[in-house]
Parts: sequence; C-alpha cells; structure tokens
Amino acid sequence: MINARVTVTLKNGVLDPQGKAIEGALGALGFDGIGHVRQGKVFDLQIETADKAKAEAEVKAMCEKLLANTVIENYTISLA
Amino acid sequence: MKSAVVQLPGLNRDRDMIAALTKISGNAPITIWQTETEIPDVDLIVIPGGFSYGDYLRCGAIAARMPVMQAIKAKADAGVKVLGVCNGFQILVEAGLLPGALMRNASLKFVCKEIKLEVVNVDTAFSRAYEQGQIIRCPVAHHDGNYFADEETLKTIEDNGQVVFRYAAGTNPNGSVNDIAGIINAKGNVLGMMPHPENLIEAAHGGADGRGLFASALDVIAA
Repeated sequence: MINARVTVTLKNGVLDPQGKAIEGALGALGFDGIGHVRQGKVFDLQIETADKAKAEAEVKAMCEKLLANTVIENYTISLA
Repeated sequence: MKSAVVQLPGLNRDRDMIAALTKISGNAPITIWQTETEIPDVDLIVIPGGFSYGDYLRCGAIAARMPVMQAIKAKADAGVKVLGVCNGFQILVEAGLLPGALMRNASLKFVCKEIKLEVVNVDTAFSRAYEQGQIIRCPVAHHDGNYFADEETLKTIEDNGQVVFRYAAGTNPNGSVNDIAGIINAKGNVLGMMPHPENLIEAAHGGADGRGLFASALDVIAA
C-alpha cells in the first residue's frame, strides 16, 4: 500500500477571495506581517500497489482528470 | 423542435426548465438520467441549474464525469444545441465543452437577485431573437459564478464573439472577468450562462425577457 498526498493550489494570477478573507481575519486577530494567504486543498489517497512509479502515474492521471481543474489550479504529489 | 433536460442528483431547476421548454415550444422535453449513454434524437439538450453532487470537490466537477456527459459531448460534436444554465454552465466548463472556469463569487456570498444583461452577440442560435446591445432583465442565484479564463483564452473568446451575454454596467454580481455572464463555444452550438432565463418567461414571473433565448434555441420566433 502506498500513501499519496495531493496538494491542489490556485495558479498565480487567479483571484482567491477566500484566501483574501482569511488574510483579513488573521490581521484582525493581531497577526502582523502576513503576506498573501492562498487557500488550497489536500487529498490523501491509499493506492493498492507496491510499485511507486505506477502509483505516481495513476495519481497524476487522477489529478488531470478529476482532482484538479488545471484551468485554474496546480497540483503536487508526494508519495510515502 | 425536440428538446431534452438532463437530470442528475442535486440538480433542482429541472422542473422550471421543463416548464419553460414546454410552454415555449408546446412540447414537453424528454428527460435524461445521468447514467444514460444513448441520447435520443433531439435538437436541444439542456443542463439545468442546481447543486449537482452537493457542489463537492468543485461545482459541476463530479457531474461532468458522469456517463451522460460523454453522450452529450458526442451530440455536441455532431452539432446538436446544448444549453447549460447556472450549475449546467459549471458542468459544461468542467467537462471541457466550454473554455474557462467558474469560481467562488468575489463577494464570497451567495447572490439571489435580479440583474441586467447586455446581449452582446445576437448572431447565435441562442440569442437571435434579441437586438444587438439589448439590455434584458434576468434573475441570478449562485455562489460560484465568477467566470475566469487565462488571458490568451479570454482574448480568443472575445475576438471570436463567443461572449454572448455580459452583466450590464454596474450589475456584475460575482466578479466575473469582463462582466462575462454567458459564453458560446467556437462552433456556436454550446452555450453556458449563469443567469436563469427560464425564470422570466411569462407575466406571472413579472416579465418575459428570458423568453427570447428559448424562442431562439427552439426556433419559435414569430415571423
């Protein structure tokens, strides 16, 4: 079994109103010196194989087909 | 003109859409369930609004991967008209039938109100009943209607006249780039829009400004 973590983030230049709202709320809590806040998503998946290369290829296909919308989002994959 | 309305779990504007199509064309549309892989011969397929699959992952993302969407893609490729309203528009962009993406409203709030639309291209199968530049009233009700496309895509759709409806000055409810409310594919047979024309088609609705869209698509424009 291979554990995969997919992190999906908005591409640069894509407006992130939720990140902006979080940024404002952090400021209101007294946290100073915060740059931009960008919100993303994390998916943890279990892949039933011992073959890392195969798992990575499969997770990449999942990202392209469903987990990320590549018009607006980037993704990274880490395997453990 | 024969029409069809797609039904998926969580879509809730299908009844309004069926009523509008029935009243305007005189014939009830057939309904198509999400698992269907064969679509009967129709002239217009409509994906109505709602919250398919609870808006999980991204609005329209899961619905866009259902078997029926492959069948709709094939019909669209064959030239059949496809209209997606609200969640239907989100499903069409997620399925890659229309360019760009629909993101959370810039205000982060659900908007449910009447806005004004400018008809900026009347040379389409969905807008020919209107006058160029006509301002029409139309209801909107959505949380994720903020249209986005990268600069290159935006330039392409603007240059090709693929923007059909724009929020009229000062009424953009969601932060959409270039005030885009509705776009059509390059081929001219797939239209997606966030506003709900099906909810303004008769006096009982308080107006009939949305009727022209269905009259265009259903070919029932009075001579």
